[in-house]
Amino acid sequence: MSEQPLSFFDRPNSYIGKSVPRPNAQRLLQGRGVFVDDLRLPRLLHAAFLRSPYAHARIKRIDTAAAARRAGVVRVVTAADLAGLYTPWVGVLTHLKGMKSAPQHPLAPDRARWQGEPVAAVAAETRAAAEDALAEIAVEWEELPPLASVEAALAPGAPAIHEALGDNLAFTRTIDAGAVDDAFDRADAVVAETFTFARHTGVCPEPRSILAEFNPADRRLTLYCSSQAPHMMKEIVLRHFPLAEADLRVVCHDVGGSYGIKIHVYPDEMTVIALALMLGRPVKFVADRLESFVSDIHAREHRVAARVAVSKSGEILAIDIDDLTGIGPFSTYPRTSAVEGNQVVNLAGSWYRSPNYRARLRVVFQNKPPMSQYRAVGHPVACAVTEGLVDLAARAIAMDPAELRWRNLIADDAYPWKSPAGLLFEKLSHQRALERMLGMMDYTGLRREQKALRAQGVHRGIGLACFVEITNPGPAFYGVGGAPISAQDGCSLRLEPGGTVTCAISVTEQGQGTETVVAQIVASVLGVALARVRVVTGDTERTPYGGGTWASRGTGIGGEAALQAAKALRANVLTLAGAMLQAAPGGLDIVEGWIVDAGTGARRIGLEEVGRAGYFRGDTLPPGLQPELVATRHHQPRDYPFAFTNGVQASWLELDVETGFVRLLKHWVVEDCGRMVNPLLVDEQIRGGVVQGLGAALFEECLYDAAGQLRNGTLADYLVPMAAEMPDIEVAHLETPLAGTELGAKGVGEAGTAGAPAAVMNAINDALAPFGARVAEQPFTPARILRALGRV
Amino acid sequence: MSESVEIRLTVNGAAVTRRVDARQSLVDFLREELGLTGTRAGCEHGVCGACTLRLDGAIVRACLLFAAQLDGARVETIEGLSDSGEIADLQAAFHRRNALQCGFCTAGMLVTAAALLRRGGVPSREEIRDFLSGNYCRCTGYCAIIDAVEEACRARAEKASP
Repeated sequence: MSEQPLSFFDRPNSYIGKSVPRPNAQRLLQGRGVFVDDLRLPRLLHAAFLRSPYAHARIKRIDTAAAARRAGVVRVVTAADLAGLYTPWVGVLTHLKGMKSAPQHPLAPDRARWQGEPVAAVAAETRAAAEDALAEIAVEWEELPPLASVEAALAPGAPAIHEALGDNLAFTRTIDAGAVDDAFDRADAVVAETFTFARHTGVCPEPRSILAEFNPADRRLTLYCSSQAPHMMKEIVLRHFPLAEADLRVVCHDVGGSYGIKIHVYPDEMTVIALALMLGRPVKFVADRLESFVSDIHAREHRVAARVAVSKSGEILAIDIDDLTGIGPFSTYPRTSAVEGNQVVNLAGSWYRSPNYRARLRVVFQNKPPMSQYRAVGHPVACAVTEGLVDLAARAIAMDPAELRWRNLIADDAYPWKSPAGLLFEKLSHQRALERMLGMMDYTGLRREQKALRAQGVHRGIGLACFVEITNPGPAFYGVGGAPISAQDGCSLRLEPGGTVTCAISVTEQGQGTETVVAQIVASVLGVALARVRVVTGDTERTPYGGGTWASRGTGIGGEAALQAAKALRANVLTLAGAMLQAAPGGLDIVEGWIVDAGTGARRIGLEEVGRAGYFRGDTLPPGLQPELVATRHHQPRDYPFAFTNGVQASWLELDVETGFVRLLKHWVVEDCGRMVNPLLVDEQIRGGVVQGLGAALFEECLYDAAGQLRNGTLADYLVPMAAEMPDIEVAHLETPLAGTELGAKGVGEAGTAGAPAAVMNAINDALAPFGARVAEQPFTPARILRALGRV
Repeated sequence: MSESVEIRLTVNGAAVTRRVDARQSLVDFLREELGLTGTRAGCEHGVCGACTLRLDGAIVRACLLFAAQLDGARVETIEGLSDSGEIADLQAAFHRRNALQCGFCTAGMLVTAAALLRRGGVPSREEIRDFLSGNYCRCTGYCAIIDAVEEACRARAEKASP
């Protein structure tokens, strides 16, 4: 009797920690998923958009009459037609002090500020009819000088993209911690580099999609969205359209990739809502691939001037960075476009011990599409800058780069730790992670192989990148700044009469496996088979209120809510079962769907018998006992603003110094995401994230000319990582459970993208080292590598 | 305005007769006229591979063909390949390995992989990567997809020559 009862994680039938395949993948494997474009509603209209062909132009006149007369066209609208139907929005957060942006509208009212900004919309019986009509809209444009580059936008005397704002500086912040100047003065070596990160974009396989169904009879609006955050979307629409809270429902069925792209407010989607309200008919908009490139948010676009001070003995003494980032003409609503840069300056250097850190951030308006949060917000920039500096420092003092990292990483026994920028780390495992990595990749063996191959004219490189990852954000991330974005999530469980469990939860599924992970937790804690748990997500009318899935919060926050809800339902079920069996609830357990004697494991009654008694045979229950077979619990992070994870990545690649081509040979990741609920899904999250990072490092770039025109806005011209160029990716795990929750899970969605570009950059520069060459401008294209080599 | 054309074809084994706009693409025809939404339009310029299907036994991009071209053709989509059980082993391997996340590219990926499976033998991982290099997946990182296809190829080869 002195033995501790087994925890939910250790029970013999626990699914937690098991690689369970996703039940909801079956329909996707048969082509039977339901994405927005698969919905069929009666009297459906299709929307298409006329977008500005110029990066900056005044709209002198728009004539829509000819377009409106075309067969199949129901309505053509411009900004003037929508006036009064909505209120404009401004993408600022009050806790980002001094941040500014301008009011944004569904359709540009008088001036277009990026190539691709929507200026008119057609609603028609078919998409083809809508697109045909676009060609009949006559716009008289007056071209204005575009400010495409960040430097041009910040130059003294540059015209303000929004006159009312005075200038083009949206946000600035400085951090100065410790004694930076002293540290640089006493350093044995100081190295500097300017790191450049191209604009790239999300390229979701399913383009952005929305279907707005308005029923004028009862003024109810249902939005079918391809979105990560249905409750946020509802709150936003309520803020800007005259609808009652009770009359709006947001539904997300299957979502064909999102990665942060589908969590923002887009003017074309707001126009679709306005059209549905105007016309009293369902209206659908699915972006085509070409307009996705100029209307989805873009990512990154940073230039970071950075330097590091190091001692001969290998102590990193100080880091100093200056990040200049371009966000397009509007800060994106409601998360803003300043969070990316803010995270760069918060994160850079934070996994090393040095207390001396200085950073400056300038976030700048320009005439390009809006830039905002994309997977691993700010992380890949902070990581590449930091890890690039560390490799440069190692070279400067002739120390092995792994050794230099080893000497400077925060020690595993030093927690809790506060970084110079103020980040709080509860417990991380950098040293164990690096040790594990060096073993897994056989670092010394690879160095030997590299040396031997160099002698034969084969140039291979090894790159390491340590990192931290922000997950499970609390209300201090967005809520405190005034955004209607929930940091808490809720899970509601209902025992059905047949003994199965319906689980409604506010975190959402875009293929990560949210529903599977939640079902694993509920099944394990409750004591039923996985197949008995049906998970419902993505519907504001059918789930508790919550933030959804972003910033790697689904498992850590939603999973904890599910765990607590399952504990509560379990207690309620045992109370009822105890009454039925005339036994003390504490002496009973639930195992594989049976009420059993806790001591002997002997089966007493099935859960279906409990369900039936609760719902149909109240007459058999003791007086005063009201069965409660629904339990709801919520969770939000309180102890720490974020749950940080940590990890290391490594890249092994071969460089063709004649062509500048990089061949990725192998990639390794060691990641500590706390307790893993499903290693199969964790691995695939990491690998997918790595490949998005590899895309940024080697291929992906939105190429703009000086006029602010996108030069490669097709999938044939914009390169994305395909199977043939990608390496096998080996993943290993450490598990440092998160304190403050019973589940102990952190997130894992950003880690791969956070560290991959830095690892590749360092590997390329390692291969280039014998030539005295290096690169620091992403993506590392063959042309850039050949330029570094002085061959072109 | 576009002209219309009458076509007779076989879709997943069933005879279909329709009058179609001359400009309607095959992917739109399948989705809009026949409700076969498993074939997805991802880029509509033949790059992403989400609309890959089998036409007269060969894999093609449904966004690069007009429905009007298909008189007399035999079309097989993910729905047909699923119902016939032809790729059940491949689908099971994808499921076991979690070789999909959002699932938008999955039908095209499976139809392409099925063509590799039909060649027989066990291709190397590099050959599998090459064969699938026209199918874009943004979620998985491809590793599990390669694993799943490799597993399915091996299982079929072992079955063919025990």
